Amino acid sequence: MNTLTLWFHKFGSPPTFYRVSGLLTPWLYAAALVFAAIGLYGGLVLAPPDYQQSDAYRIIFVHVPCAWMSLFAYFFMAVNAFIALVWRIKISETLAMASAPVGAAFTAITLATGAIWGKPMWGTWWTWDARLTSELVLLFLYLGVIGLYHAIEDRRQAARAAAFLALIGVVNVPIVHFSVKWWNTLHQGSTVRLFGPSAIDSSMLWPLLLLALATHIWFFASLFARARVSLLELESGKDWARADALPTGAAHE
Amino acid sequence: MRYGTTASACAAVIRRDLLLTWRRRGDALNPVLFALIVVVLFPLALGPEPNQLARIAAGIVFVAILIAGLLALDTLFRADYDDGTLEQLVLSPHPLPLLLAGKIFVHWLTTAVPLILAAPLLAGMLFLPRSVLPVLLCALALATPLLSLLGAVCVALTVGMRRSGMLLALLVLPLYVPVLIFAAGACEAAQAGLPFIAPLLWLGAALAMALVLAPLACAAALRISIS
Repeated sequence: MNTLTLWFHKFGSPPTFYRVSGLLTPWLYAAALVFAAIGLYGGLVLAPPDYQQSDAYRIIFVHVPCAWMSLFAYFFMAVNAFIALVWRIKISETLAMASAPVGAAFTAITLATGAIWGKPMWGTWWTWDARLTSELVLLFLYLGVIGLYHAIEDRRQAARAAAFLALIGVVNVPIVHFSVKWWNTLHQGSTVRLFGPSAIDSSMLWPLLLLALATHIWFFASLFARARVSLLELESGKDWARADALPTGAAHE
Repeated sequence: MRYGTTASACAAVIRRDLLLTWRRRGDALNPVLFALIVVVLFPLALGPEPNQLARIAAGIVFVAILIAGLLALDTLFRADYDDGTLEQLVLSPHPLPLLLAGKIFVHWLTTAVPLILAAPLLAGMLFLPRSVLPVLLCALALATPLLSLLGAVCVALTVGMRRSGMLLALLVLPLYVPVLIFAAGACEAAQAGLPFIAPLLWLGAALAMALVLAPLACAAALRISIS
């Protein structure tokens, strides 16, 4: 077995995952806060006001990274759901279910900041635009996964059922997106592109990218914190979990 | 031990479900009554102005039929789960997707077809222009099997739960959004005198895909819930 496979197998075992993620989580939180602080300073103080929207555009420094994260978290959840259903890896089940509330929170923030920005710019809190509607449907998908996971008694069966729902959602998200796009569109197109020049000034771009990095790191920190708790719950009968959760000495009575 | 052929097993499932529905044929009218009541509520809430009602008639009929179908979804597996028949279906040597496709077909026949037949009455109550009615019926004929197939996948996931009503609505809603947009879009286009074939073709394409994939997904979901 080569090093990579060995590392993968080790990280996939609950005790090792619990230990390693416990070491990583505080550092990830700290890194996310530092990057977010620098990014917010760059975005809110250093970047110049927009020629059209003056200072109101600055909400994109929160809105856009959260919108990216709402999709990234879903993608992450779906990949883990696929692994969980095909190879029955316990860690993947836990990670998929732990990413659902985090992703739902990012989606809710995206919708809320979008509404706050929309009021002065479009003159309304909400409009039935394609992107807004598909983001709302995405929130419902997240809530469906969370609801199904908590409605079934057996934890592992619940995780498998919710993982299956998450996979159905992957097929559904593009269909919903294109159907509502065909239906109604008002939201502006993308200005940041991976390939080719972006239609955004570099003084605004770097805080945005830094904040995107910060939200990614925050996602993993929050994910690990949630996954650790549900792993302890899931493995509460095992020796390592008892040894870790109970005070020393009480574990081997 | 010898088993019958797959075709005879599917026929047996369909015959049994039809017979069960026939023995309790009063229940089959419930979705229609429900849709009728929902449609009656709209003029009472919005006022009896014929022009205003005609403008939103197709949408109201679709939403009423969609919610009636959503409420009827629960009966798809409920009785079979309670008396253990569903476990026997899962354990049977015949391909589960085909057996489930038979069950979904009967469910569509007994809950959705009465709704389609009642649609002209519902549309008439809301003053939908006569010329739009064929498009409405055509869209319903394509959309209701799609709703039944997509709903069956979600019901299969919630089959073991006691009170699954609200949760089922949450699971099913995102899947129903595109269907509703295309079906209501076709009627709206027809009412405005625009070409309405494209959304109907989209519905047909989605139906063709769901006919193949939904029974497979439904079987996979059922195996997860009953394990």
